[in-house]
Amino acid sequence: MARLDITEKLAVLADAAKYDASCASSGAKPRREPAKAGGIGSITGQGICHSYAPDGRCISLLKLLLTNHCIYDCLYCVNRVSSDVRRARFTPEEVVQLTLDFYRRNYIEGLFLSSGIIRSPDYTMEQLVRVAQLLREEHGFRGYIHLKTIPDADPNLIEQAGRFADRLSINVELPKATSLEKLAPQKQASTIRKAMGGLRLRLDEAEDERKRSRRAPAFAPAGQSTQMIVGADGEKDSDILESSATLYSGYKLKRVYYSAYSPIPGSSQSLPARKPPLMREHRLYQADWLYRYYGFAMDEVVGATDGGMLDLDLDPKLAWALRNRGRFPIDVNSASREDLLRVPGLGVKSVDRIIDIRRLTAMRLDDVAKLARSAKALRPFVTALDWTPGASLDGAHLARAVKRPAEQLSLF
Amino acid sequence: MREVVLRAPDDYEGWRDAARALAEGSVPPEAVVWRVADDAPDLFVSPSEGPSDGPRRALRVARRFVDLAELVACHKDPERFAFLYRVLCRLQDEPRLLDITTDEDVFRIEMMAKSVRRDRHKMTAFVRFKEVAVEGVPPAYLAWFEPEHHIVALAAPFFVERFRAMPWTIVTPEARASWDGAALHFGPGGSRDEVPAEDATEEHWRTYYVNIFNPARLKVDAMKREMPMKYWKNLPEAQLIAPLIRAAGNDEARMVATPQKTVPKRAATIVARADEARATRDAPPPPAVHGGMGGNGLDALKREALACTRCDLHRFATQVVFGEGLSTADLVFVGEQPGDKEDLAGKPFIGPAGSLFDRALGEAGIDRSRAYVTNAVKHFKFEPRGKRRIHKKPGVGEINACHHWLEEELKILRPKLTIALGASAIRSLTGQSASVLSVRGTVLTSALAGPVFVTVHPSFLLRLPDEESQRTEYARFVEDLRAAKALAANGDAGGLQATGTLL
Repeated sequence: MARLDITEKLAVLADAAKYDASCASSGAKPRREPAKAGGIGSITGQGICHSYAPDGRCISLLKLLLTNHCIYDCLYCVNRVSSDVRRARFTPEEVVQLTLDFYRRNYIEGLFLSSGIIRSPDYTMEQLVRVAQLLREEHGFRGYIHLKTIPDADPNLIEQAGRFADRLSINVELPKATSLEKLAPQKQASTIRKAMGGLRLRLDEAEDERKRSRRAPAFAPAGQSTQMIVGADGEKDSDILESSATLYSGYKLKRVYYSAYSPIPGSSQSLPARKPPLMREHRLYQADWLYRYYGFAMDEVVGATDGGMLDLDLDPKLAWALRNRGRFPIDVNSASREDLLRVPGLGVKSVDRIIDIRRLTAMRLDDVAKLARSAKALRPFVTALDWTPGASLDGAHLARAVKRPAEQLSLF
Repeated sequence: MREVVLRAPDDYEGWRDAARALAEGSVPPEAVVWRVADDAPDLFVSPSEGPSDGPRRALRVARRFVDLAELVACHKDPERFAFLYRVLCRLQDEPRLLDITTDEDVFRIEMMAKSVRRDRHKMTAFVRFKEVAVEGVPPAYLAWFEPEHHIVALAAPFFVERFRAMPWTIVTPEARASWDGAALHFGPGGSRDEVPAEDATEEHWRTYYVNIFNPARLKVDAMKREMPMKYWKNLPEAQLIAPLIRAAGNDEARMVATPQKTVPKRAATIVARADEARATRDAPPPPAVHGGMGGNGLDALKREALACTRCDLHRFATQVVFGEGLSTADLVFVGEQPGDKEDLAGKPFIGPAGSLFDRALGEAGIDRSRAYVTNAVKHFKFEPRGKRRIHKKPGVGEINACHHWLEEELKILRPKLTIALGASAIRSLTGQSASVLSVRGTVLTSALAGPVFVTVHPSFLLRLPDEESQRTEYARFVEDLRAAKALAANGDAGGLQATGTLL
């Protein structure tokens, strides 16, 4: 095989990495060890998106595979061993050089490195760790590093990965263990869960150590995340959301990323030929938010679905409200924070502001509308100083009245 | 009419000093004109003294206002300084004003601050440095940027912090910031020509941009919302956007329609070899030559149990938590089910209840490493709540489904005495339900385990509300453990006659 130059490798290995939805550079804490002379880099809490691709995704990190050679045969993956995709492999030094070149020009916040499995899980993990170690120790790099973690790898390697990386992630890939058996025969849901559980124990331990001593070494201070592919095996939204609740509650994940299954070149016959609507992914993120920030139990969210599928035309909070009209209207001037969070059109920030303002002055509907994301959605569900929704809450046409027009995708 | 002339468009300190003096003198907002030094003077205002000062007053300013004002002072709105002064004056009479976010002025000050924050954020995102080689010294980095507001000084500290070892200059139409590796300098604005048009690395960056883009999911509006077109002219990757969008439909169709031509010849061999390596790794260790038969029996049983799907709990738990301890133990402790920590680590009794249990065992003179500890149910049952899992009591169905494993464990272990910790253990060991407190401290007979001594589950001790009952109940628990130890030691002397009955 002809040797590829860096540009060609970059093309192959960025292309191979693009199916991973995660790109966040948020949640990291500045590194405590003193800056190395000649070092480079900093961490901002919220992260920075340095560019956007026309797929609407933020480009914050240099997202690469170290290699797309792989000994596994996961049917949904473009890099499976039986795929005839073009292959390439970076040396750790090449990835380090590209990261630094991009970072110095302010193109990126850091590196997100993953890899196909070559030789063995341990060997592959060693290579990933090597890149992070070179960046931190040889080049004094203080930017963001996210390493994909291979669940079967030796715990010592994962320990090292956590020392150098800000975030670690293990992909659950598919929401149901049975789908994984079918589509990813070399992966096991139980191994993946155990690895995540082990990671959580280690993260807890590191946090405790850091509380006791400022000098305790950091371990993946931006925590762990994971990704699930949506729409590859006919699973329902309820399966996905139940799985997410399990992951958030058990493994304290910072994020579960949902990635709508993307048709891949030369894809296997046992996969759907069509992609799921992107709106499905969006609704899943909204439902995920309700669980994490709005105090919803996942079975409440699932209870407002149609046979386990989220309504593509209604955001899940509105769908829930329409099925629980008996809990409305809610008085913005007296309701608890928990109840206000249930009002369609009110976000966490708006609710906190309402609570600040109403201590000083009773609120009118216009005042609430100023804070809300959507005044139209909100009106039937609240009472204010000068407003009661009257019978509109019971009307059969309420869903149509409060629905926002579906978002259109446009070309220009 | 009074006129205040500020040094620069982002002169927050100048505004603050003047505003403080004016507000202390109760000068009304209508009586002040604010101007930046190189603006043309307002023709309708004479720089003469205005109306006489009102009464002197002490100023009160919330920290939150100062934070907002620092940002708003950098806004491009020519009225910003007058506006800030007006809000400052209002704050003297309405100290809680800023909490009323629905007020027109408060809404406006927040919106202006937000716009400046966003502009600063976009500057940290979209500045693109070009490397300039300099003979004999490290390369310098130059960037041209066109911010919306007067934010060069506001944004500069970010670049200092991040690129400390790198000499850099950011040129904007209105001002420039330079870092020489030791100090930050500000200077006059410049032009795009001062910065080289190209940098060799941009070719790599564009290669990356093209390939990280997924043509199967076009969301142009989302992109434009976060990366408005006004920034595009200074982004080396932006020239690719239009052609990528035009080609996207075709690219996606090609991805779907491309049937795979060939399966790589070595694929099957590679998969087979990987499967074999995994099988070798997961295979049971060869039987130990001198090891007790029982130990190996437990190991084999455990391996079998790890794949258990006898009830639904396996779908959500992390793993089976099997019993642990000496295969020849005299004492076997049976709890209810693993908790959060046990589920994560795969070991029984290591969480908060486990620590308490260990302490009590120690006080009762029982060596845990000489005993065997297991649970009636081997998977964790819980309710997900936000970032926590709330323990749920296992149901009879789950206890029955899991009974198989306890039965097999006890067949191998054949202990002198089994200790049931709590109701779920009683249920599994005797097949009957009983209130723990009614049979506590007695010995029951179990077809499965022989004599069963009953006490509470250590987590019961953790749930007690007050310290007093915690102390007495803990002491009772230790007493129970001592009694169990004594019973097992005198077992052969007939100490293990059933003393309790289940009705």
